[in-house]
Amino acid sequence: MEGGVVLLDFWASMFGMRVRIALAEKEIKYEYREQDLRNKSDLLLQMNPVHKKIPVLIHNGKPICESLVQVQYIDEVWHDKAPLLPADPYKRATARFWADFVDKKMYDSGSKIWKTKGEEQEAAKKEFIENLKLLEGELGDNLYFGGEGFGYVDVALVPFYCWFYAYEQCGGFSIEAECPKLIAWVKRCMQKESVAKSLADPEKVYEFVLHLKKAYGIE
Amino acid sequence: MAAVKLLGAWVSPYNCRVICALKLKGIAYEYMEEDLLNKSPLLLQYNPVHKKIPVLVHGGRSICESAVILRYIDETWPENPLLPADPYERAVALFWIKFADDTTFPIAMMYLITGEEQKKAAKECSEMLETIEEHGLVEGKKFFGGDEINMVDIAFCSVAHWLGVIEEVTGLKAFEPHKFPKLNSWILNFKSVPVIKESLPDIETMLAFFKGRREMVLASKSS
Repeated sequence: MEGGVVLLDFWASMFGMRVRIALAEKEIKYEYREQDLRNKSDLLLQMNPVHKKIPVLIHNGKPICESLVQVQYIDEVWHDKAPLLPADPYKRATARFWADFVDKKMYDSGSKIWKTKGEEQEAAKKEFIENLKLLEGELGDNLYFGGEGFGYVDVALVPFYCWFYAYEQCGGFSIEAECPKLIAWVKRCMQKESVAKSLADPEKVYEFVLHLKKAYGIE
Repeated sequence: MAAVKLLGAWVSPYNCRVICALKLKGIAYEYMEEDLLNKSPLLLQYNPVHKKIPVLVHGGRSICESAVILRYIDETWPENPLLPADPYERAVALFWIKFADDTTFPIAMMYLITGEEQKKAAKECSEMLETIEEHGLVEGKKFFGGDEINMVDIAFCSVAHWLGVIEEVTGLKAFEPHKFPKLNSWILNFKSVPVIKESLPDIETMLAFFKGRREMVLASKSS
C-alpha cells in the first residue's frame, strides 16, 4: 500500500463519486475497494474510527476522511493537473461556500423524498427544488460553477444526478421540468469521461432505493 | 488595504471563531453587532442564502459560513498560518474542523429545548466530547495545532467556553474534568492564550443572556 492510493467506497454513494471524479480528473491510478456497509470491514473501522463511513481515501497507508476534504487533498497533492479549486482566495471562498451548501442541503432533502409520503414528501420535494434553484442561480450563464473550467462545486454536486431518477420516481415529479438549466449543466458534465465513469447507473440506484424502502419498512 | 467588516452576534461561537482569527493575524476590522431577532437589510443583502452571522465583508464582497471565512482569512493574510503546511496534516485538521461544525450544535440546542429532546442533545454532546478525547487530542500536545493554536483549536471554541455556561444554565452535565483529562488540559491551555482571552465573550454576560433565554423557552412551553 506504500505510495499507493486506495479508495474504500460504496458504489451508490454520491460522496464516494466525488472522490472518484477527482481521482479520474487527475489521472491517478488507485485501487477501488467496495465496502459492505451492513458488515463493515476491519480496515474501514480502523481507517475511519470516528464516523465509520465511506468514502475513505488511503494514501501512503494514511487515511483521509470526509469527501470534500479528500477532494481538496487530491487537488493539493496532484496540483499540476486539472486544478479543481481556483487560485484567487475570494473565488476559493465562493467555491467552498457552495460545496458546503450542497453538503448541508442536498442529501437530507433528497433522502426525505424517498423516505416519506404525503405532506412530508411534498414539503421535501419543495425544499429540494428550492435548493436546486438556488444552485441554478449561482451557476448563472456559466458552463460550470465558478465560471472557469470544471471544478470543485461541479465535483461536489454532479454525483447527486444519478439519484435524481430515484427521487423523481418516488416523488412523482420531474426535476428537469423545474430546473432545466441545471440539467443542461449535468449533461455537459456527463460528457466528461471522469464524470460518466464515476456516476452509478440511475436505474440501479432506483432499484437500490426500492430495496432500502423495503428494508426500512417504507411503502 | 481594503476595509474589513464583520457582521456578527457577540453571543455566537461561530462569530467568536472569526474574531479569534482576525485578532491572531492582527487584522483591523469594523465590527457590526446584528440583532438576530430583527436582521438588518445589510445582513440579508450580504448573506441572502442563509441569512446568518458571521459574515465577513472585505473590499465590499461578502464571505459567509465561519469555516469558509477562516480559510479565506488564512489565505488572504498568510502570515501566522492557521493550518499546517503539509497536505496530509492539513487534511487531518480540516477533518476536525468539519467535525466541530457538524457536532457541536447540541451545545447550543441544550438550552433551547426541554425533556426528551434535551436529553438526546446532552447525549450527543457527551459522545462528541468522548470522540475528541479519544481521537482528536494527542497526549502531551498542548493544542490541536501542537505548541501553537491553529484553526482547529479556534473551531472548537464552543466546547472551551460555551459548554460550561450552557451546563450551568440547564443543570445538565456533559463534561467532567476527570473523565476527559486531555480535553480538560486543552480547555485550560486554550483559554490562557492572550488573544483568545480577549476574544471570548464575558462569562457573566453570557450567563445572564442564556438564563434569560432559557426562562423564555420554559415559559412558552408551560403556557
